[in-house]
Amino acid sequence: MNLDFSGVWDSWPALFHGTLVTVEITAASLVLGCVLGLLVGLGRLNPQRRFIYGICTVYLTLVRGTPLLVQLFLWFFGLPHLGLLLPAYVCGILGLGIYSGAYVSEIVRGSIQSIERGQMEAARSLGLPYRMAMRRVILPQAFVRMIPPLGNEFIALIKNSALVSLLTIADLMHEGEKIISVTYRSLETYLAIAVIYLVLTSATTLVLRRIEKVLRSEGRV
Amino acid sequence: MSQPIVEIKGLQKSFGSHVVLKNIDFSVQPSQVVVIIGPSGSGKSTFLRCLNGLETAEGGTVVVSGHPVVEGGRMMPETKLDALRAEVGMVFQSFNLFPHLSVLDNITLAPTCLRGVPRKEAQEQGLRLLKKVGLEHKAKDFPGTLSGGQKQRVAIARALAMDPKVMLFDEPTSALDPELVGEVLQVMKDLAAEGMTMLIVTHEMGFAREVADVVVVMDHGSIVESGPPSAIFTAPREARTRSFLQTMLAREVAHGA
Repeated sequence: MNLDFSGVWDSWPALFHGTLVTVEITAASLVLGCVLGLLVGLGRLNPQRRFIYGICTVYLTLVRGTPLLVQLFLWFFGLPHLGLLLPAYVCGILGLGIYSGAYVSEIVRGSIQSIERGQMEAARSLGLPYRMAMRRVILPQAFVRMIPPLGNEFIALIKNSALVSLLTIADLMHEGEKIISVTYRSLETYLAIAVIYLVLTSATTLVLRRIEKVLRSEGRV
Repeated sequence: MSQPIVEIKGLQKSFGSHVVLKNIDFSVQPSQVVVIIGPSGSGKSTFLRCLNGLETAEGGTVVVSGHPVVEGGRMMPETKLDALRAEVGMVFQSFNLFPHLSVLDNITLAPTCLRGVPRKEAQEQGLRLLKKVGLEHKAKDFPGTLSGGQKQRVAIARALAMDPKVMLFDEPTSALDPELVGEVLQVMKDLAAEGMTMLIVTHEMGFAREVADVVVVMDHGSIVESGPPSAIFTAPREARTRSFLQTMLAREVAHGA
C-alpha cells in the first residue's frame, strides 16, 4: 500500500473553502431547523387544538418519513418544474433545515412533556397565562434536557450536509470529489474529508457540553 | 354574617365515569380557616383544585373572591381564570418550586411578570416575605439545595407575593419528614392569626383541632359533615366521621404524636 497525501495537501485552499461552505450551510439550516422545531414541537403539545396539531403532524410525518436525498432533489430538480427556480444554496439550506426541524420538534416536545406537571400547575396557580408560564418556567427547564438529543441532531445534520454536494454546491464533499477527479487519490482524499468532518462534529460536541455544564451549575435542574 | 369569600353550589366533577365530587355546597367567610379532612380518595384535593380552576368542573357554581370559576356548570375562559388565580394562592404537596430560579426569583416572578412591579421593589417585598417564613438567608440559593420544610416555606412565600385573598393548601406537609412538619405548620398558624382566609387539605389532626374555624369531613366525593373542631372531634354526628377519626387517632398514637 502506498499512501500519498501530497495531492490532497496541495489542494488545501479548496478543502478550506469547502469546509467554510459546509459550516455555512449547516449553521443556516441548524437555525432554520431549531426555529421550525420549536414551533412545531409547541404545536404538537395539545392534540385538542386540531388545526395546528394537524398541520404540525402532517409536516412531521412527511418530512421524517421520506429520504433526505429525495427531499433535496425535490427542492432542486422538482421545484423548477413548477416554475420556481431557487439557487442551489437556498435549496440546500431549506432542504436540510426543514428535514432537521422535524427531528428537533420531537426533541422539543419530548423535553417539554418530561417537565413535571406540577411546574405548569404552580405557574398557572400564580396567575401566569399559559404562554408566559411556558416561556418563563417550562422552556428554561426543558431547554437543559434538550441539549443531549440536540447534540445528536446537530451532528447528524453536519454529516447529512454532505448530500448537498449533489446539488452542485461546492461544500467539503464536493471539493473532495473535485480533488479526486484530478489526482485519482480516493483513499487519501476521503480520509482527509472524514477527518475534517470529525473535527466539525467534535467541536459541536464540546460546545454543547460546555453549555450544558454552565446551565446545570449552581444547583439548578 | 358578611358576604362569603368562597361560595360553592352544586359542584360536580368526574374523571371519566368515576364521579369524584357529588353536588357539593359550601361557603367560606373572610378570614376563616377551613380544614378539609377525610380518607384518601375522598375528593379533598380535587375539591380544592376546582376552586382555582386547576380542575375542570362539570356542574355547579363556584365563586372565589368575586370571580366566578364555574357558573352554572360552565368553566370560565382561561383569561378570566388567570385573573382569579392571581388572587388565590396555592401551595402543593410537592412544593413545585421553579428549580431554575433562585429562591428570591421564585417569589418575584409573578409580581414582576403580571403586575409590572419594578424588580427592586419586588425583591424588597420578596425579602420581607422570606423573613416572615424565616428564610431570608436563603434568598440567593437554588431550591435544589433546600430541605423539604424550607422548600414549602418558600412556596408559601411565593404564593403570598401576589397578596392573595384566599390561600389553598393541598396536603402541604404530607411530603415532609416528620421533624420538618412543625416549621411549615407554624408559618400557616401565623398566617391564620393574621386573618388570612385559608382552605387546607391535611392529615394533621392536631393542627386542625388547634387552628381550624371549620372542619369539613369528606368521603366518597361528598361533605359528610362540617362544623367547628370542638364539635367534629369530640361529638361527630356521622358514623363515617367517627370511623375516620378513629383510624387517624390510631395512626397518631402509633407514631407517638
